[in-house]
Formats: sequence, C-alpha cells, structure tokens
Amino acid sequence: MRTTTTGGPAGPPVDAPPVDRDAVLAALGTVRDPELDQGLTELGFVASLEIEGDTVRAHLRLPTYFCAPNFAYLMVADADAAVRAVPGVRQAEVVLDDHFTSDEINAGIAQRRSFQESFEGLADDELDELRTLFRRKTLVARQQRLERALLDGGTTKEELGRLKLGDLPPSPELDTYLQRRAELGLDVGPEAPLVIDTAGNPIPPELLEDHLRFARVTRVSIEGNAGFCRGMLATRYDLPTPTVVAD
Amino acid sequence: MYEKDGEKYFVVDGHMHFWDASEENTKNKYGEGFIRCFYDYHKNLSPEEYVWPLEKYRKYDEATLMKDLFEDGYVDVAIFQPTYLTDFYHKGFNTTEQDAVLKEKYPDKFVLNSSFDPRLGEGGLEDFEAKVRKYNPKGVKLYTAEWHDDSKGWKLTDPWAVKYLDKCQELGVKNIHVHKGPTIWPLNRDSFDVADVDDAASTFPELNFIVEHVGLPRLEDMCWIGTQEPNIYGGLAVAMPFIHTRPKYFGQVVGELLYWLGEDRLTFASDYALWHPKWLVEMFVDYQYPDEYTEYPELTTAVKKKILGLNAARLYDLKVPEEMQVAGDGDSGPDVTPKPAIPQEATIGGHSE
Repeated sequence: MRTTTTGGPAGPPVDAPPVDRDAVLAALGTVRDPELDQGLTELGFVASLEIEGDTVRAHLRLPTYFCAPNFAYLMVADADAAVRAVPGVRQAEVVLDDHFTSDEINAGIAQRRSFQESFEGLADDELDELRTLFRRKTLVARQQRLERALLDGGTTKEELGRLKLGDLPPSPELDTYLQRRAELGLDVGPEAPLVIDTAGNPIPPELLEDHLRFARVTRVSIEGNAGFCRGMLATRYDLPTPTVVAD
Repeated sequence: MYEKDGEKYFVVDGHMHFWDASEENTKNKYGEGFIRCFYDYHKNLSPEEYVWPLEKYRKYDEATLMKDLFEDGYVDVAIFQPTYLTDFYHKGFNTTEQDAVLKEKYPDKFVLNSSFDPRLGEGGLEDFEAKVRKYNPKGVKLYTAEWHDDSKGWKLTDPWAVKYLDKCQELGVKNIHVHKGPTIWPLNRDSFDVADVDDAASTFPELNFIVEHVGLPRLEDMCWIGTQEPNIYGGLAVAMPFIHTRPKYFGQVVGELLYWLGEDRLTFASDYALWHPKWLVEMFVDYQYPDEYTEYPELTTAVKKKILGLNAARLYDLKVPEEMQVAGDGDSGPDVTPKPAIPQEATIGGHSE
C-alpha cells in the first residue's frame, strides 16, 4: 500500500505532505456508533484502509446485513467527514460493505446527498433528532459508569446526590461523561451537580434511587448490545474472538 | 417436562418456527441476507456441538423438529409464531398455513398462532377474520419491520393496526406477540422503540402484549413500558442463549426484567431453530447469578418454573399437571406492584411525545 505518490497528472503536487495513516485511523476512531457509544476502529467496523497520495479509501462493515440503516448512514457520513478533515486529504471514498442498504448509502455519500434524498420516499426528516436521542441515552450510561465507580469506592448514595463536578478526581470515566454533557449543551462547570437527568436538571434526593436504577438498566442495555454486536461481527467475518466471555 | 434435583418443570417454548429458507424458496438478496443473518445468530450463540450446517439450517424436516423439541428438548407445548416475509421468500418464511399442518397432526404439542399485516387494509382484515375462524388461534405474531410493496415497516398505533387489534379483541385473539426489527421507514426514528406497544397496551387493556426478545436492543425502553402497563410481557427469545456465551450479561438482563416486570410476566422461548431448547432449559435451571449481583430479585426454583412454562401456560390456558405447579401461587395473576415513578430520563425513549 503506497502512502505517498510522486505526482503525475492525477496526483497531488509533489510538495504536498503525505497523508498519515495513523492520523486517518485516529480520525475514524473518533467516529462512534451512536447506539453502542464506541469508536468504529475499536468495534472492528473499519474493514480496510487504503491511502494513495491525497486519496483515502475506507471500507466499513457491520455485524449484520440488517443492522439499522439509519445508524449505518450516520456512521458512514461521519466517517466520510472525519477522513476529509485529516490534513492532506483531498479525496475520500468511504464505502459501506455487505449491508442491505449499501447501494443507497454509498450513492448518497458519494454524491454528498442528504440522508433524506438518499432514501427518497422512505424518510421524512434528517437524523439530528435521532442522534440527540442516542446522545441522551449514552449520557445516562456514561453517568452511571462514573456513579458505579464512585459507589464501588465507598461513596454513599446520599453523598453521590450532593457531589458537584468540581469535587471529582480526574478519571477517564469523568472525561467521557463531561464530553457528552458538553455535546448536549449541558453545564460542565465545577459547581454543576454530578447526577442530572438528560435535560440537565438535578435529581431530588427522593428520586435518586430510581434514577440510579434506571441508569443501570440503560447501561446494561447499551453495553450488552455492544458485546453482542462484537460477537456477531466476529462470526460474520470469521475474526478471532473468545466464544464465551466473562462480562 | 424437565426434571432436576427432584423438581419437575413444565416447559412451554413460547416462540419457535418451522421455516423454509431453502434456495428454491428464497426470492432475492434480502431473503438470502436474512437467513445468513439468522445463521450467524445461531452460530455465534450456540454451544459448538449444537451448530448445524447452513444447508440443514435453511430447511429442516418435521422429524428433526419433533425430536429436537419434544424428545430431546424437554418441551411440553410449543407455540408457533409465524413470520411471513413474503417479500423475501416465494411461499413465505413460515406461515400459519404451513404451521397448521403440524398442529393438525400433533394437536396437543402445539399452539398455533397467526399473524396480520395492517397494511393489507379492509381485504386483509376479512382474510384475517376467516383465518381466525378456521384455525382458532389465541395469539398473533406481528413483525413491524416486515416489508410490503413500498412500505418498509409499520407501527401498532397506525390507524389500520388499531382496527386489526379491535378485531383480535372481538374474536378472542388475546395474546399479541410483537417483534421489533430494523424497519426502513421511518428511518429517522428509532425503529426498535417500543413506545407504540405502550400505547396499544393502554388502548387494549384486555389484550396481552408480549414483547419478543424482551425489546432487545432496547431493554431500558422495554423495562420502562413494563412498569406503565400491567398487560405487557417479556418474551425471552434471543435473550436466553446469552446464558452460554455471556452468562454475566444474561444475569443482568434477567435481573433487570425481574425487577421492572416481575416474575409473572416473563416467558421462556428458544426461537427454534435459531437455538435448541435442550441446552437452554438445562442451563437455565442450573443458572445462578454471579455473587456480585446482590441487588436483583432472587432467581428461585419457583421463579424458574414460572418463566419456563407456567406464565405462558396461563396466557394460553394450557393445562399444567399439579406436580409441576408452584405451591401456593394459584391464580394470583401477574405482578402489577406499582414501581416507583421514574424521573425525567425515562422520556429519553421519546415516550413523552
């Protein structure tokens, strides 16, 4: 696989910086499956990556032929945008393989058409609302992961309900939680409460227990789906994976 | 019947199929993709010794089915859940008519459910009524992701769906099995969302709504609607096989469902031939939560008996031998203990709309 080229009629100017493969992979890693809340590279959804001069070709794959097409479209569109934003990239072809709507999605992305145009007659709006819905679900799950770590560390539920963001020690769970809060336009200041609902409201003490329970089932649901999708992908593409897992 | 440690379990397989996805019956690339997707489910979650070759999986015969379910698989009564998919398969994937052949031959072994598609309108409604009068089903299996001409999916709240549900109520078809799948329309909504089941269950309080696959991949939405309506049940097809590959996750799913819906509203199913009931029953009876799961309701022998057969037997008025009943439970009916109100994030599934 070539990562640079030395000109020619279709090539870039000879002094163009080569496209860094790791930078492209990192960009693809920032694109997340909206349902599973994990990056495309860690999920194994990037089937191949080819860099030729200033052109990047990436193939994406999913765990099943019938994975939900709306999420598939979002991931391909996001991957296309992420690849194009990498320094030096002038052409990008991001293609979805082996999916029942591959043709529609790939044609839509290649012609840079909107979602609605790609599925003429089958959709009545763009996907922002869906994306926000799943950002809220994953906010609940990220918050629950942080809460669980604190409870495991000896914090009581009452204390948890009073904690402010500024009280928390740095941790990877905190970072991802704050990132999602910020994406949803919610307060991330040090005085803001840790435990909030998806609209950013604090949870009254008498509702805290129920809040934590519902957050738990939301996390179980999302993490369970992610585990299942990994298994299905491995089965579909004959990838190495443990058949029985502990979590 | 399954017997272990002196306990006898009445087993109702709440969701199984006798399908035909042979190459001759497969209409197009979607039908081919569908059966291959099913095969990956089978291969991914089954113990190795239970994995079939693809050819057998596409179409299996009566003798295989009868042996797997009733000789080897401990099943007392199996419920046919037809899945038509006539846009994918010439003669359908498994229809009421195909299932009726076995029901007629072995009347005590099977419960025959039917199906409807509200997009067939008035004519479809008449056909549905004729089918109900002919086969006398007590339930229907609905697949909201099914394609029909230009339509690539529907909801239980669609006006024609409400008319069909009215008809179910009128004809005594009281068990409505709902299977959510990836619809193509409307693409900008979450097609797995079970909010329409919530609406239908409150419009039709005399019908029972069994959400197949316990709403996976939307377990949280399923738990939420389960607290809202006492006539919503969880069918455990597809959740069951995680007991082998991911036993901890299985414990979380069952634990959450027992908390939110209670022990009287969950029903066992193999989804045969996706998975073989033998290993599912054996592993479930042996199953214990991992030690760290201290917050979930207990999974006792009585709870296991209810899930494996007694709950479905109640829904379908099946006769259960006295020795397999749970002592002192009688006709207590489903647990409708009010669950606490859930704060605002419960609306994340869009149920407030």
